[in-house]
Amino acid sequence: MRATFIVNEIGIGLRRNLTMTVAMIVTTAVSLGFLGTAVLFNQQVSVMKDFWYDKVEVSIFLCGPDPAEGTAGSCAGGEVTQDQRDSISADLQKLPEVDKVYYESKQQAFIHFKEQFKNSAIVDNVTPDQMPESYRVKLSDPQEFPIIASAFAGRPGVDEVQDQKALLEKFFKVLNWVQWFATGLALLMILVSVTLIVNTIRVAAFSRRRETGIMKLVGASNFSIQLPFLLEGAISGLLGAVLASGSFVLIKSVLVDKLLAPNFPIARFIGWDAVWLSSGIVVVAGVALAALASFFALFKYLRV
Amino acid sequence: MIRLQNVSKIYPNQTRPALNDVSVEIGKGEFVFLVGQSGSGKSTFLRLVLKEERATSGEVHVAGKDLARLSSWKVPALRRQVGTVFQDFRLLPNKTVSENVAFALEVIGRPRQQILKVVPEVLDLVGLKGKERRRPDELSGGEQQRVAIARAFVNRPMILIADEPTGNLDPLTSVGIMRLLDRINRTGTTVVMATHDDDIVDQMRRRVIELESGRLVRDQSRGVYGYSH
Repeated sequence: MRATFIVNEIGIGLRRNLTMTVAMIVTTAVSLGFLGTAVLFNQQVSVMKDFWYDKVEVSIFLCGPDPAEGTAGSCAGGEVTQDQRDSISADLQKLPEVDKVYYESKQQAFIHFKEQFKNSAIVDNVTPDQMPESYRVKLSDPQEFPIIASAFAGRPGVDEVQDQKALLEKFFKVLNWVQWFATGLALLMILVSVTLIVNTIRVAAFSRRRETGIMKLVGASNFSIQLPFLLEGAISGLLGAVLASGSFVLIKSVLVDKLLAPNFPIARFIGWDAVWLSSGIVVVAGVALAALASFFALFKYLRV
Repeated sequence: MIRLQNVSKIYPNQTRPALNDVSVEIGKGEFVFLVGQSGSGKSTFLRLVLKEERATSGEVHVAGKDLARLSSWKVPALRRQVGTVFQDFRLLPNKTVSENVAFALEVIGRPRQQILKVVPEVLDLVGLKGKERRRPDELSGGEQQRVAIARAFVNRPMILIADEPTGNLDPLTSVGIMRLLDRINRTGTTVVMATHDDDIVDQMRRRVIELESGRLVRDQSRGVYGYSH
């Protein structure tokens, strides 16, 4: 069949069921929007993981003058001595898993503390002497924490070995749940829109049963009978995907660049490459799903 | 051109066969009336020839092809060689006369140049010159049937099947349609026409095949509608 003829037929088909077509495009857009947002979210989480895991350290807090309750075991000997400090430092340097070691004195800890809580009254009640001194250990692989923990926990002069990654992991666990929820919602919405596409195409096939009946009669091939319907589905899918992609551009340019990024300088956010990736995914998914749904809808209707 | 050999057709969930052991051969260029009461199996006969239905037993050959062995993707090619006309015309109401005829060529992928050339020719042949731009609802029943015949014939099929083509038309208009089918037959096209119209059958004096309860009860060259008339 000639292209202009097919385009005409598709135009007639889409216009005939305008409200259904609009509903089909909008639900496709919304469900693909969910799908793409889930992809963007996923990308954001992995950007944050890369960014923060790169910065996490293991803190080895040393015993202070008056040890906290419950940790008295290793700090029974009172405040850490210079010998203990030196041996801990030397052992840390020897470990192959250790990338870098920083020493944070009480004074430095106090400065950091004041910075972190500068708007809080708590600062006024704290003296440098109350702050714990610590070794900040940067591991070449953040997964190696247990080695450090077993080597230094309970050692004389060491109060506590703390893994910052454990704190982050709680946070990422929550994000993981949000991610699963978003993906589940996206799949549910896709199911809804596929059902709607199947129905719309069926109605279209039914309302054009005269045409298709004549096409069969005069010997049009199955393919050329189904093609206009498949393309109708695919075009709606494409339009839905384009609308959804538009929403990703908005998310990136308004939500991320204008609202989040200036207010959370400590975090890093997705770049445009993530937007293009999700747009690509939803365009392919949208067209393929719509065409498949149309094919499925026609399977029964338009047999020879 | 059309050959049925011991053909029976039993529809699902029915015990009485719609066609019962029918054997008949229709040669190239013949004009055949298929007569019989409603439910005698005329429509089933035509549906088998178009491969809209499959014979339960026996062989159906159309245009040299054994339809039982014809794979479904080759069915469109078969139907391009068999033109079909119905009692209810089956025109597209939102297309003009020309577009209705052109539609049949568009959907089988004929080039634009050819369509522009043959559509006016065939409309001239069926006597609709000057009415190309009308829509079906602006035409009389006879004119609508002429459009349908033009559409069935525009592809120059070897066989033209007409299922009660005059069923909705008055006697005078029917005569015009029969003249047209006769003219098409004279171009070498085999015409098979199922009908109830005894006047037409009696006037035309062509081969008559009569079905009764699915059985072939009469096959007569230069026949009449029935002995009772």
